[in-house]
Amino acid sequence: MTNIFEYAPAPESRAIVDIKPSYGLFINGEFVDGHGTSFKTINPATEEVLAEVAEASDADVDEAVRAARRAYTRVWSRMSGAERAKYLYRIARIIQERGRELAVLESIDNGKPIKESRDVDIPVVAAHFFYYAGWADKLEHSGYGSTPLGVAGQVIPWNFPLLMLAWKIAPALACGNTVVLKPAETTPLTALLFAEICQQADLPPGVVNIVTGAGDTGRAIVAHPDVDKVAFTGSTEVGKAIARAVAGTEKKVTLELGGKAANIVFDDAPLDQAIEGIVNGIFFNQGHVCCAGSRLLVQESVADEVMTRLKRRMSTLRVGDPLDKNTDVGAINSAEQLAKIRELSQIGEDEGAERWSTPCDLPSKGFWFEPTVFTGVSQAHRIAREEIFGPVLSVLTFRTPSEAVEKANNTPFGLSAGVWTDKGSRILSMANKLRAGVVWANTFNKFDPTSPFGGYKESGYGREGGRHGLEAYLKGADA
Amino acid sequence: MSRIDVRKTYKLYIGGQFPRSESGRSYVVNDAKGKLLANAAQASRKDARDAVVAARAAFGGWSGKTAYNRAQVVYRIAEVLEGRREQFEAELRAAEGISPAKARTYVDAAIDRLVWYAGWADKITQVVGNANPVAGPFFNLSTPEPSGVIAVVAPRGALLGLVSVVAPLIITGNTVVVIASEDNPLTAITLGEVMATSDLPGGVVNVLTGSQAEIAPWLASHMDVNGIDLTGVEDAELAVELEVAAADNLKRVRRPAPDTDWLVEPGLDRMTRFLETKTVWHPIGV
Repeated sequence: MTNIFEYAPAPESRAIVDIKPSYGLFINGEFVDGHGTSFKTINPATEEVLAEVAEASDADVDEAVRAARRAYTRVWSRMSGAERAKYLYRIARIIQERGRELAVLESIDNGKPIKESRDVDIPVVAAHFFYYAGWADKLEHSGYGSTPLGVAGQVIPWNFPLLMLAWKIAPALACGNTVVLKPAETTPLTALLFAEICQQADLPPGVVNIVTGAGDTGRAIVAHPDVDKVAFTGSTEVGKAIARAVAGTEKKVTLELGGKAANIVFDDAPLDQAIEGIVNGIFFNQGHVCCAGSRLLVQESVADEVMTRLKRRMSTLRVGDPLDKNTDVGAINSAEQLAKIRELSQIGEDEGAERWSTPCDLPSKGFWFEPTVFTGVSQAHRIAREEIFGPVLSVLTFRTPSEAVEKANNTPFGLSAGVWTDKGSRILSMANKLRAGVVWANTFNKFDPTSPFGGYKESGYGREGGRHGLEAYLKGADA
Repeated sequence: MSRIDVRKTYKLYIGGQFPRSESGRSYVVNDAKGKLLANAAQASRKDARDAVVAARAAFGGWSGKTAYNRAQVVYRIAEVLEGRREQFEAELRAAEGISPAKARTYVDAAIDRLVWYAGWADKITQVVGNANPVAGPFFNLSTPEPSGVIAVVAPRGALLGLVSVVAPLIITGNTVVVIASEDNPLTAITLGEVMATSDLPGGVVNVLTGSQAEIAPWLASHMDVNGIDLTGVEDAELAVELEVAAADNLKRVRRPAPDTDWLVEPGLDRMTRFLETKTVWHPIGV
């Protein structure tokens, strides 16, 4: 049945992107054929094959590290900070110029709604390069010295492909390091377009090397003896494997891993904003967000009202074509991830939590999961403990602030947390007690290049963004 | 006939108390000439776990104190140490076979180091914290917070080495389980007596004596320990084993530093390695 609020389709044109049938590796400033096999990257909204991408072998990784080392020794570490800055400013500008193209490509390869790639991912990518460009000639004021580490090996996830690339490459280059970066196997295309942008910017060959592939390629980068620095964003499980792999070496490591953030709503919260914050916290980017507010802790006295309002708001979420400008929730990134979300949701039901999903028609092709909320969740339930990394919210209740703190901190993770209340002193007290690297009070999922991001406990170590983000790529003030 | 002296029983320092090892074990500690100094308690896995429980219990209170208060407590340790300096000089001379002048130098430096770190308590936040100018109407502030319970393998250097690794951790609000130098453990317990009488809450610093190779792996793999400082690990294989075990819950790791000159003024690194950065956002509006 149609209603008067039905939206007409408003698709963004994909004519702006030119996807090649196949891609090689970007090593020493050029695209080269790898020595390994290749893999396909698909559009998760349609399952259409987008391109064949080379899978970097150990030998390819070695070649990339050599290129990075040469560029480090001969060019990049010798260049003045002011000159490095100008390359980074150039890159920032080209990203802005080609912003629409990058946004469309990101949505096609990743499945995220165009309004997010267009309004969040790509603008923040450009801002990140612009921010760190300005640091390149000011490092002696950073508090971390101005001595780079050398070659950085960087491995990034599929949830914010180009944004994670920017978080890794911009500070590394600003500090005078060169990089070998591996994008995720399901989302390599914007990283490869970024390689083209490096060419357009005339970035010296070897300063940035992009090697595509899966776990084996990542392991080869981490294990390479000539890599001085490892930066990883992804699962806690892989993060632990990396921490073990670098034991006994001189390698410096930063890990940005999983989360199970509590989003805490007190009875005096501004409820309209809180509902928007809850929705944004868990359904932004299909819930493929390490800092997602996946555990809603709501004070008992307002729990019923919050749930009624939340379900009403969730019912207006538009799930579907990522390229449609009205889409709120796009496609799940891969069949594998969809299977994981389904499995954990089933476990939620089996363990006795009550499941409610928004009524919506999902496309017949592609990977989709309707926005879902579980009530009656206890702290022992797996859906309250494990990262689902999908559009699935677990709701728990509390009575007192101290109970909220205890429940919020009852997790091995510690990446982020949210607090909703009108009482200033309570915000500050909660912010003090929550063991998490980012606390959003009366807001959620805000990111900025100047703002450090990273976790406590098993959410990893090191910070990305801001002045603190430089520490990961410099030897330190005592060096 | 000369008077028979009263010898001290050296035990562990856990939760503000001085218990024997639950294992009932002890080991011989000789002076530099090979003569018996004392039997030291040989801590076990269970002692290590008790120490972690004590350190965890103390963490909330200690990290929740004002920086000014922590500064005064650590300064107080320096005061009490100054008052007992002759005892420490004598212990260092006996244990390490060093000259009176050298012993004096180490005790001086240990006291001065405590005073130096005491002053950092209410300054480190200002030096490593940040107000962040985000591109939007938000208040955004990053501040350091202690990582939690930190296990430490202390270096040789029974007093200065020990003070130099423990002081930077507690001044920022962490609590500590430290394995004293295996060869020279006695001074660490005497330092425990100083800490126990310096208004330092029980459990903030816990001292284990015994075999590094036996105790350290339990601490490295303990899931309620947030960080491990391997400064005093001299066996490279053990260091790798400990770093691998530490990955089980992603402990913050400080790798071994065998050649540190403890007389040199340190940088901030011993504090910052075991600090987390918390960033708080709030909208600005009316």
